[in-house]
Amino acid sequence: MALKPVALTLNGSERAAFTEDGENLLDFLRRRLGDLSPKFGCGQGACGACTVLLDGAPVLACLILAETAAGRRIETAAGLAGAALHPLQRAFVEGFAAQCGYCTPGMLMAAVALLRANPRPTREEVVAAIGGNLCRCTGYEPIIAAVLDAAGHMERRA
Amino acid sequence: MARHRGRGFAAINYPIGMNLGGDPSQALVHANPDGKFTVALSSIDLGQGMKSVTRQIAAETLGVPVEDVWVDTADSDTGPHCMGSFASRGTHRVGNAVIAAAREARAVLLEAAAEELEVDAGDLVTDGRGNIHVRGAPARAITTMAAAQAAQFRQGRTVSGRGIFLIPLSPVDPETGEMTPVSCFAHAAMMVEVEVDDETGEVGVTDMQSAYEVGRALNPRLVGQQLTGGAWMGMSHALWETTEPFYPDRAHRPVDFSAYLMPGPGDLSSHHISILERPAPDGPYGAKGPGEMCANPVLPAVANAIWDAVGVRVDDLPITPEKVLRGLRAQGGARPRRRG
Repeated sequence: MALKPVALTLNGSERAAFTEDGENLLDFLRRRLGDLSPKFGCGQGACGACTVLLDGAPVLACLILAETAAGRRIETAAGLAGAALHPLQRAFVEGFAAQCGYCTPGMLMAAVALLRANPRPTREEVVAAIGGNLCRCTGYEPIIAAVLDAAGHMERRA
Repeated sequence: MARHRGRGFAAINYPIGMNLGGDPSQALVHANPDGKFTVALSSIDLGQGMKSVTRQIAAETLGVPVEDVWVDTADSDTGPHCMGSFASRGTHRVGNAVIAAAREARAVLLEAAAEELEVDAGDLVTDGRGNIHVRGAPARAITTMAAAQAAQFRQGRTVSGRGIFLIPLSPVDPETGEMTPVSCFAHAAMMVEVEVDDETGEVGVTDMQSAYEVGRALNPRLVGQQLTGGAWMGMSHALWETTEPFYPDRAHRPVDFSAYLMPGPGDLSSHHISILERPAPDGPYGAKGPGEMCANPVLPAVANAIWDAVGVRVDDLPITPEKVLRGLRAQGGARPRRRG
């Protein structure tokens, strides 16, 4: 099988690796670039655990061919924290919005995209933004509350 | 065609740990050369907070700050035996094993400190902030780190402890069936409100009011988290989750997340939870286990609420729109139980 080089920007860094025909972006990020923050849940776009941002928009990495991400900008949960946790991460921690944690990276990225586009979302808008992300543990309520909490913090800081 | 409101109640007694007992868990505790403590367990934390709670229990028993305790559940091959993370048994069974192990380690720690301070170990107390001192004389003190290091490098002691908690397997009388099924019960009661659409058969839970009696809530935030998520799962079991039906045959059953339905963030119910604390005599610092019982009362309460709303009694879970519609058809339409 032919290997093809793919170069992209991952969390602000120029990265490149070889990909195989048909390899999806999730496998490319995890296996070729070593970013394990996006999770494999279902492999068919039903659970949202692999959510990453592609040029700022939330996408399901398991449904995107790695080749199509060439030259584009990818953001994952691994790139959220700087010297301190991202306000969303902090709100998730303080609000007990994670239990097993498997859905958390996807939830965070869906929420990041929401708050960038809409810094003051309503509860309904938060629900819609994470509507494609499954969580088995929390019952969603703590996650919704954490996103609203983070939005409040980010606005007060801005 | 209309949406009917109904209200249902359920109460449960939930047994903690394996029925009839016979489910041991072990813990090993030891001090490291830096004066911190490791608790080795094979009890897996799958997000419910096993590591946090056993860390608190170990720190409380040892008399050291919680930051000075590390819980290692990394390897169930090499760790001390545990029956497993199930039956809501973790806090209760493993917690008791941790107390036993930490007590033994604490006794050695105090002996080591006593030798350094040239006092009787029976006169020593811990302040929970990393110091050991003579009772009533805080100035005659040694840090837990110094005591642990003295034990390690001068006295040649292992500051360590072993713990096991076992409720022996109850015999069952073959004639009468008499047995002791369980030593510790948790309790819950719940009222739910539903809306039943008599055209589509859809049921929505609109409110839950619950009271959970969990012994002592060792970590109230973790208990609240568990109850919130678990009650959601109970709602999911009551109304959504199934690998059936499959028409016309089993080959068409759901096999993945896209067909296995669960309520999403748009299907939530408000839920007010009251946590009641009645410390259990045989629980670690009074704790029981909120693990599974958080889901259990939701199912019968929802079934009762549907009966209240439209008079359909479904005794087969989950209560899907299909079952509600079949029930409505069989009785010729909705028959709300409440009058006025």
